[in-house]
Amino acid sequence: MRQFIQGIAENSHYQATHLLQILRQVQSQYHYIPEAAIEQLSGLLNIPRTQIIGVVEFYSFFHLVPRGQYELLISDSITDHMLGKKDVLDYLAKKLDVAVGEVRADGVVSLDNTSCTGMCDQGPAGLVNGLALTRLDRPGIDKIAELINQQKPLDEWPEELFQVDDNIYKSGLLLNQQIEQGSALRSAFKRGLRETLKEIDYSGLRGRGGAGFKTAIKWQFCSEERQAERYVVCNADEGEPGTFKDRVLLNAYADQVFEGMTVCAAIIGAKQGFLYLRGEYLHLYDKLQRILEQRRQNRLLGNNIMDTGLDFDIEICLGAGAYICGEESALIESLEGKAGIPRNRPPYPVTQGYLGKPTVVNNVETFLAAASIAVNGGDWFASIGTEKSKGTKILSISGDCDRPGIYEYPFGTTVQTILNDCGAGDVLGIQVGGPSGTFISNQEFDRKLAFEDLATGGSFIIFNSSRNILDMVHNFTHFFAHESCGFCTPCRVGTSLLQKQIDKIVEGHGSAGDVVALEELCQLVKNYSHCGLGQTAANPILTTLERYPDLYQSRLKEISYEPGFDLDGALETARRMAKRDDAGAHLVQTQMESEHE
Amino acid sequence: MSKTITIDGNVIPFEDGQTIMDAAMAAGFYIPHLCHQPEFTPHGSCKLCTVQVNGRNCSACTYPAMDGQEVLSETQELIDDRKKITQMLFVEGNHLCPGCEKTGNCQLQAVAYHLNMLDNHFPLFYPEREVDASHPEVMIDHNRCIFCTLCVRASHEKDGKDVFAISGRGIHKHLIFNAESGLLKDTDLEATDQAAHICPTGAILIKRTGYQVPIGERMYDHKQIDQVSLETEHPKHGE
Repeated sequence: MRQFIQGIAENSHYQATHLLQILRQVQSQYHYIPEAAIEQLSGLLNIPRTQIIGVVEFYSFFHLVPRGQYELLISDSITDHMLGKKDVLDYLAKKLDVAVGEVRADGVVSLDNTSCTGMCDQGPAGLVNGLALTRLDRPGIDKIAELINQQKPLDEWPEELFQVDDNIYKSGLLLNQQIEQGSALRSAFKRGLRETLKEIDYSGLRGRGGAGFKTAIKWQFCSEERQAERYVVCNADEGEPGTFKDRVLLNAYADQVFEGMTVCAAIIGAKQGFLYLRGEYLHLYDKLQRILEQRRQNRLLGNNIMDTGLDFDIEICLGAGAYICGEESALIESLEGKAGIPRNRPPYPVTQGYLGKPTVVNNVETFLAAASIAVNGGDWFASIGTEKSKGTKILSISGDCDRPGIYEYPFGTTVQTILNDCGAGDVLGIQVGGPSGTFISNQEFDRKLAFEDLATGGSFIIFNSSRNILDMVHNFTHFFAHESCGFCTPCRVGTSLLQKQIDKIVEGHGSAGDVVALEELCQLVKNYSHCGLGQTAANPILTTLERYPDLYQSRLKEISYEPGFDLDGALETARRMAKRDDAGAHLVQTQMESEHE
Repeated sequence: MSKTITIDGNVIPFEDGQTIMDAAMAAGFYIPHLCHQPEFTPHGSCKLCTVQVNGRNCSACTYPAMDGQEVLSETQELIDDRKKITQMLFVEGNHLCPGCEKTGNCQLQAVAYHLNMLDNHFPLFYPEREVDASHPEVMIDHNRCIFCTLCVRASHEKDGKDVFAISGRGIHKHLIFNAESGLLKDTDLEATDQAAHICPTGAILIKRTGYQVPIGERMYDHKQIDQVSLETEHPKHGE
């Protein structure tokens, strides 16, 4: 082991910023992070062991105790549930003789849940040793169980188990015409970099991650910073459940995304870029590296790009299972080899980002669009969309529809148009923008896709009338509690309290005051949390409570108060110790229950 | 003319580089806080010091003071919500004041009294947490840790040691010690370290000093935390 650890540390030039990448390799080799590895790395990277342990315990894909040689994780997104995830998980557990959350006694296989893996259009999905599995069904599981029990190496598994389709059903401005390699850079330099920034400004392009900050302004702020060392970061930590457009863009349009990053580098004066790729998209890693290598060979990356004097290169950094790293300052912390805890702002990343240097962080789709705009000009983009939302938006559509996949629409398109295109009928409502977004009911289909109406990072999950909204709220609320980084009190404690409170109501233990208490708690978490995660964690409850108050009320018991736990059950130990089981050794849960008896 | 902000309508001067908290404390205005101590890099995690700046919620301990800011601090809404945030800290751990040696000297308890917190409001979590009494001079009761990271910062910034760190994610966050065994006794912590004395709760206690000051004669027994804070914590001046 010493030699192995020494080797990977050396390959990472003993840089503590590469801690995540190093730990990924250790985890992959040993199926956990052994104590000896932590000790050795602490010395080699010259960081306290506590910093390493802190990182290991922060990210879902790192473990201090061994997982199976085949580590199976099943995606827990609501869309996977709608496609039969529970049956898949139960069947896997039975076939492999391993309990969920456990490692089988022989150490060969472990099974657990994981947050949305970004395969909502082809679920139920999962990961085996980090590689995406799609369309899991019983025959597929039979095959997987056999392969695991035979201990077949993953590269000998049939390809169809790992097949990931793009499912592009509707192309628009961006997806219709992929730019020619190098053309955005050529146009940018020909036009002049300042002029190109102006074109991006004219285009009205706003960040596609959801927040909608004007891209040109971000780039300009960064370029005006006094520090000469600057960075470009592409945020491909697409963790919002129901979103998978970046997966498709990086599979089919990566060259253009890299070109957009390079145009940005030229404009802001950066020499180094990073693609922060969520760990769940490991299957794209080799392909993306090949594209980068090809761009280097074609002199579109590296020193003196296209003889313009521009030096710029891109490194791919993989995440390790943490939704919070989609928040730009948490992402930067993660790039620096630390736990993904959002920073205090100001200062913003454009002033102090990666290693404290000015940094532009943009979404995959934003760089894609910027490259197209560099070629085609600002008017080309601005002529489409609404006044406040220019251009198009690429949606990830999943849930109850005939054709889940990728759809590109001009901003201003109505929800009804989208539903017609993807073949959705009998719709109850739609979760727009993922769990952190808004739930809209079937009375709101005339609403429009736009920053000024329905803003979205791209997630669009459709629910038909056979679905129970509270199941969805339950799933989303648990998701946020699981993904809260724990930095600030309102989110750390609040998301867990929301989980307890929603469980209480969904399980039928709620009473009159509980919905009021729930709403009060929602406001507290929303108003006081440190970052977007906490500020939006109550949205699934708030947006459905607003639209379906009766649904919540119907789950409540007609009493004024019900304890959140099973009173009689809590006495079980005492009864056993006292060897009593008479009526006096039992408690009824509520006053009303006792009156009925 | 020096630059000013207003807090609840009071005009307060500040120097460049000061946070709202620095400016407020220098002017004698207390804003409740637990994870903040002026000598350490502000953290902004407990959120008790949340104030409204031009209508937006911000942490006073990390948010820079800027000319003309209108800051609201002692509104009924903020007072009520600070109480709820304090209640969150209470239910998340196991805080049993009557049995805790820190009672009367505890900032968590004192803030709770200051905010007129009379119950837990939220359901208790009853987490299973341990006590590390391995060190000859210092003991750690994880039941009382509120993850303010003051010990982490003190050890790093003042003691030059990195004895403490926060590990884990979300509600599973926990304090860890820098030793191969994970035990406090195997770290280089000494009872004289600033990190051993900075804890705002009873999570870090010095052994054999318990109850030397009787209950009734302790720091917050006769003074409210706002008074103590303004008398003893000296805000940073602008850098």
